[in-house]
Amino acid sequence: MSTVLIRGAYLHFGHAGIERVADVLFEPGRVLALDPEPNQCRDAHVIEAHGRWLIPGLTDLAARLREPGATHKADIRSEAQAALRNGITQLVVPPDTQPVVDSTAVVELILRRAREARGATVHLIGALTCGLGDETLAQLGGLRGAGCIAVGNIGRPVSNSNLLRRALQYAASLELPVHLQCIDPWIGAGGVAHDGRVAALQGLAGIPETAETLSLARDLMLVEEAGVRAHFARLSCARSVTMIAHAKARGLAVSADVAMPQLMLNEHDLLPFRSEAHLIPPLRTSADRDGLRAGLSAGVIDAVCSDHQPHDADAKLKPFASTEPGASGLDSFLGLGLKLVDDGVLSVAGWLERAALAPRRILGLEAPSLESGAIPDFVLVDPDFERSLSAGNMLSRGKNTPFRGWRLRGRVELAAIADRIWIHEER
Amino acid sequence: MSLQVTPDGRLRHLLTIDGIPRELLMGLITAAESLRSVALRGNKKLPLLRGRTIVNLFFEASTRTRTTFELAAARLSADVVNLDVAASSTSKGESLLDTLATLEAMHCDMFVVRHPESGAAHFIAEHASEGVAVLNAGDGRHAHPTQALLDAYTVHRHKPNFSELTIAIVGDVLHSRVARSQLRAFGTLGVNELRVIGPRTLIPAAIEELGARVYTDLDTGIADADVVIALRLQRERMRGAFVPSESEYYRHYGLTAERVALAKPDCIVMHPGPMNRGIEIASEVADGSQSVILEQVSNGLAMRMAVMSHILGARVPQAEFA
Repeated sequence: MSTVLIRGAYLHFGHAGIERVADVLFEPGRVLALDPEPNQCRDAHVIEAHGRWLIPGLTDLAARLREPGATHKADIRSEAQAALRNGITQLVVPPDTQPVVDSTAVVELILRRAREARGATVHLIGALTCGLGDETLAQLGGLRGAGCIAVGNIGRPVSNSNLLRRALQYAASLELPVHLQCIDPWIGAGGVAHDGRVAALQGLAGIPETAETLSLARDLMLVEEAGVRAHFARLSCARSVTMIAHAKARGLAVSADVAMPQLMLNEHDLLPFRSEAHLIPPLRTSADRDGLRAGLSAGVIDAVCSDHQPHDADAKLKPFASTEPGASGLDSFLGLGLKLVDDGVLSVAGWLERAALAPRRILGLEAPSLESGAIPDFVLVDPDFERSLSAGNMLSRGKNTPFRGWRLRGRVELAAIADRIWIHEER
Repeated sequence: MSLQVTPDGRLRHLLTIDGIPRELLMGLITAAESLRSVALRGNKKLPLLRGRTIVNLFFEASTRTRTTFELAAARLSADVVNLDVAASSTSKGESLLDTLATLEAMHCDMFVVRHPESGAAHFIAEHASEGVAVLNAGDGRHAHPTQALLDAYTVHRHKPNFSELTIAIVGDVLHSRVARSQLRAFGTLGVNELRVIGPRTLIPAAIEELGARVYTDLDTGIADADVVIALRLQRERMRGAFVPSESEYYRHYGLTAERVALAKPDCIVMHPGPMNRGIEIASEVADGSQSVILEQVSNGLAMRMAVMSHILGARVPQAEFA
C-alpha cells in the first residue's frame, strides 16, 4: 500500500481546530495532506468515509499484555494488535510483568517485541523499586535510558513510606514522572470486594474505602514534599476525586485516571458471584461510580483507561475469591467511551480529551496532528455500528469481560499509527 | 432467572436463603415437623429417596455437619457416599471443576457441599450437569442455609408467630455464614426486629441494609429479646486483631445468666455449635432451662431430611404440627 485517501470523514480534531468534513491523504509514517489536490491522490487507496468519524487515536494508560510471564493469557503481539484494531493507537504497560520491569533487559525485551508486533505503540512504565518490592530503589535513570516513559508502582503498593519518599525525591531529581496506584497494604489485604452491602451479603472479604484514601493521602503529601510530577492511577472512590481536586487546587502537578469498569458498574454487578466483575480496586457503590463520572466530566480526573487485564479461562473458573482479578478491556474501550457520550457524561470532544489527548499529555507525548509531514495517529470510526459484545467478536485473547452481552456502538474501520495501518476487511 | 428456584416455585438447589419466598420456607418447616418423628427414632426409615445417591462433598473438615447430612440421607433410604476432598484431590492440585467432573461420572443425584470459600456452592451448581442438585452445607462466610432453616424451625416450635419476635444474634457476624443465612431467613419470615450485637470489628459494613439493627453493647441489645443466638468465636480472630483476648470478649459479649435475664423471661437461647464454653457462652446458659441448643441438633436432622426430600422431588407425608 502506498497512499491512502480517506474521503469525506467528519474530523473530530477540535484540539487542532478542525471539526468538519474533509479528506485526508497519508502514507505509512506520514500525513501527506489535509484536503489534498486531486492530482495528489491519483494512485491512492480510497476509503469512502460517508461522514464517519476520524478521531485521534485512543491512548490507553493501562494495558497488561502479559508478556513476559503469563503468555498463556495473552502476549504482546496479540494484545498490541487487538488494541490497534480497537482504535487504541498507543498504550501503556504497567511494570508488574514477571519479571517486573526493573532492569533494562526487560525493558528492551518488551519494547522489541512490541515493535515486532506492529500493533499499537507500546509505552512502558518502569518499576519504582526493585522487584516492585519494599527495599531498594530501581535504577530509575537506567530504566528511562532504556525507554521507559515514566516510573511507578502500579500493581503493587510501596508500603514502606520512607522508601517511597526517597523514590519520589529521586524521580523528581531526574524529572521523571511517577505513576502511583494507591492501595494500602494492610487495610483490606486479602479482600476481594468493596466493603459494603454486597460483601456483607455474600460473605466476601471487604476492601474499605480507606484502603485507597489513606494511601492517597500519604502519597499526596509525599508528592507535594518531593515536588515530583505524579499521576494517580485507577481511582475507585468518590472521596478520592475530592482529594485530587483539593491537591490540584493547591497547585500540585498531579493528574489522575479511572478505569472504564468503574464508570459503568458497581458492587451489585458482582451478584451472585460473578468472577468477571472481580476487580482490584473493587467495584464500589453507585455513589462512588457517580462521583467518578462527575470527576471525569469536570476534569478532576484527567483520563479514562481500559485497565486491560486479559486472563485465560481457568483464571476465572473458580469460587469468586480464588479467581484472578481484572477484566479484559481493549474490546470495550471504544464502545463504552461512546456510552459515556450517550449517557451525557462527556461530549464527543470531552471523551476524546479524556481517552486520547489527556493521556498523551500525561505521558509527555504530542497531540496527533493532520498537518503535512505529521506522524499518522488517527482512527476512522463508524459511530452507528452496533454489536453485542461476545467472546466471539473480541480481539484480545482475554475473553474475561463483565460487559458480555452489552450493546456497544462504534466500529473501527481504519487505524493508523506511524508506519502501521490497519484497515477493516470490509473496507 | 434463579439458579436455585424453578419457575414453578420448587428448589432445584439450595445455595442460599436469599430469594427463597416465605411460603417455601414455611413449607420446609412444615415438612420438617412431619419428618421429626422419623428423625428422632433411629430404627425407622422412610423409603422416600430409595435408589438415590447423595454425595457428601466436604472440602472443609466438619464431622458434625457431615454426620447429620449422612444420617438424614440414610433415614430417607438414600445411598450415601462421603468424600473428604480436603485431604485428597485438591491438595494434589486438581481443580474444583475436575473434581466435580470426576464425581459426576459416578451418576449421583445430589452433592452436599461444604467449602471454605464464599460462592463455592454457586460455582458448583453453575457447572454441575442438569439433574444434579447442590445442597450448600456451608460456603466460606457466605451461607449455611440448612442451619438457618433448622434455626427458624426451632424458633417456630417455641414461638410460632414470627411477626411478634425480637431476635438477637450475638458475636462474630463478620465471619459467620450462619448469621448471614439467619438474617435472610428471619427477615423473609417477617420477624419483627432483628438485632446483631458485637464489637464493630466483627460486624460487617452495611449490615443494617440487610435489615439488622446493630448494637455494640450486649446489655442494651439483648433487652426484651425473645430469641438470643450466640455465635462461635474462632480462636484465630485474636491473631487478626478483631478482639484483644478471649477473656475480654467473654467479659463484654459472653452470654451469661445475668445477661440472659435482661431478655424476655421466656426467651430461648440458641447456638449453632460447636460451642466455646466460657468464651461466647457460659455453661450455666448453655445447659440451662432456656437453652434449646440440643433440640437444634435433632431439628437439624429433620430439616435436612425435609430439604433433601423437597429438592429430589419426594412427597413428604403430611402431619399436623404437634
